[in-house]
Amino acid sequence: MRSVVPGFGVALGLTLALLTAIVLLPLAALVLRASELGFAGVAKLAMEPRIFAALKTSFGLSLAAAVVNGVFGVITAWVLVRYRFPGRRLLDAAVDLPFALPTAVAGIALAALYAPNGWVGSLFAPYDIKIAYTPVGIFIALVFVGLPFVVRTVQPVLAEAEHEIEEAAATLGAGRIRTILRVLLPPLTPAILTGVAMSFARGVGEYGSVIFIAGNIPYVSEIAPLLIVVKLEEYDYAGATAIALTMLTASFLILLGLNALGSWSRRRYGVVR
Amino acid sequence: MSDSPLRAVAPPLVPSATLTRAASTVRLRPATEDPPVLKYVLIAVAVLFLALFLVLPLVAVFVEAFRKGAEAYWTSLQDEDAVAAIKLTLTVAAIAVPVNIVFGIAAAWCIAKFEFPGKSLLVSLIDLPFSVSPVVAGLVYVLLFGAQGLMGPTMKAYGIEVIFAVPGIVLATIFVTLPFVARELIPLMEEQGTTDEEAALSLGAGGLKTFMRVTLPNIKWGLLYGVLLCNARAMGEFGAVSVVSGHIRGVTNTMPLQVEVLYNEYNAVAAFTIASLLALLALVTLALKALLEWRYADEIAGTHRR
Repeated sequence: MRSVVPGFGVALGLTLALLTAIVLLPLAALVLRASELGFAGVAKLAMEPRIFAALKTSFGLSLAAAVVNGVFGVITAWVLVRYRFPGRRLLDAAVDLPFALPTAVAGIALAALYAPNGWVGSLFAPYDIKIAYTPVGIFIALVFVGLPFVVRTVQPVLAEAEHEIEEAAATLGAGRIRTILRVLLPPLTPAILTGVAMSFARGVGEYGSVIFIAGNIPYVSEIAPLLIVVKLEEYDYAGATAIALTMLTASFLILLGLNALGSWSRRRYGVVR
Repeated sequence: MSDSPLRAVAPPLVPSATLTRAASTVRLRPATEDPPVLKYVLIAVAVLFLALFLVLPLVAVFVEAFRKGAEAYWTSLQDEDAVAAIKLTLTVAAIAVPVNIVFGIAAAWCIAKFEFPGKSLLVSLIDLPFSVSPVVAGLVYVLLFGAQGLMGPTMKAYGIEVIFAVPGIVLATIFVTLPFVARELIPLMEEQGTTDEEAALSLGAGGLKTFMRVTLPNIKWGLLYGVLLCNARAMGEFGAVSVVSGHIRGVTNTMPLQVEVLYNEYNAVAAFTIASLLALLALVTLALKALLEWRYADEIAGTHRR
């Protein structure tokens, strides 16, 4: 514990002071507000039809988008790690676009693209298929924001996978596809699940990129974060608090699950990630 | 792949010249390489998916911004409220980023250079803002400082406005960006250990001098990496800021909020004009980030090396 390096007290003090003032105290205000309602009060509000519908929309579509991202994220990571082709670096950099592009910008761009008169929307309009202003539009926005999480968690693990095990599989007579499915993918499972969970968690809380394309019709295409904003505008602080607390609890449970997953994968595969 | 062994076992009935040609056109694929069909199909799937979902929206921003020509673009840019929004966004970033640098360095210093009880809890708490929805981040400040909030009446008594004013926007931005620099510096400084600092101290340098002359040069590229991401998020944050801002034109509208206001008024060209500036910021951020990952790979945190 004794160290010759100075500055521990100052650094820790500064860290705790800022963390408390900016993050912990405001979050405590939320918990305090919720404790006034009590557990039953929060549960009753969360089960209110409009709030329940919004929570269902947010959680359900986030899960769907996260699963799709799981599939295409793994393919993208595989392509980036295993193949050499012109434009690979560009593709690699493009993966981070959703992290860098402000959500409101992504939101209006997606809405313009998938609206009935947009580039993509107009392709579907003749068949009476609406994408923007329906739950499908929300799903598309959530795929956009969630993709980098899967790619960026799977990519480093895949890059470190040992070449010897595939060689061994090949020597033992496994075909290439079989080697990929039975030998290479199983150790990636924890990383894939982590990426999918992060994509899911991000989707549940996402606001900016969704609200422009969603249409925001109560009971149909209204997401939980938007309903918080609506409740605040109506000065219904209790309702807003109940939705926020439900979302926070869910993301806390996801974090717990992720930690459990991490320690399980370390025991199972010895992969630190 | 030499063809000589094949020729040696070739049956004598077939003219050997034909066989040589046939054998040389067959390229044997190593057992750990994917079949070409699989390879090209997967590359095509990845490229198409990314093009459709990620690149197309980016292209759309610029096309929509210039839909009515360059002149309309310039007019939208010179709009009074647009200029005010740009100024406010720069101001907010100019406050949030330095706070982040101080927090990030302080947090990384105590976590990476020292052992103390509760360290892993502190690391989790630092990451907390990333797992909170931006809207909830805004909400907590409304619950704390709003008119009906816990500290609202006190604030009002002193005449300090936080919600629907610039301080609220700054606080919400700091909340959502807080982990960026710390997350980048903690693994980097843990990797570097304390030997350099110990050497400097044993040679008689003071604590501050050691930090400025030894630690800072060691972490400068990692710090820049964190600042880059932090700045992009600070300038582009929407959800948290939207809740606390009140959307007062020319006063509390940051660039993303101005985009929303204009878009909801069906003023698409003006909305996409401001959006194009933010998209440009994103592109510059990505380019610099890629440059850091490529050029200074050894001097940023290991997880970002390619």
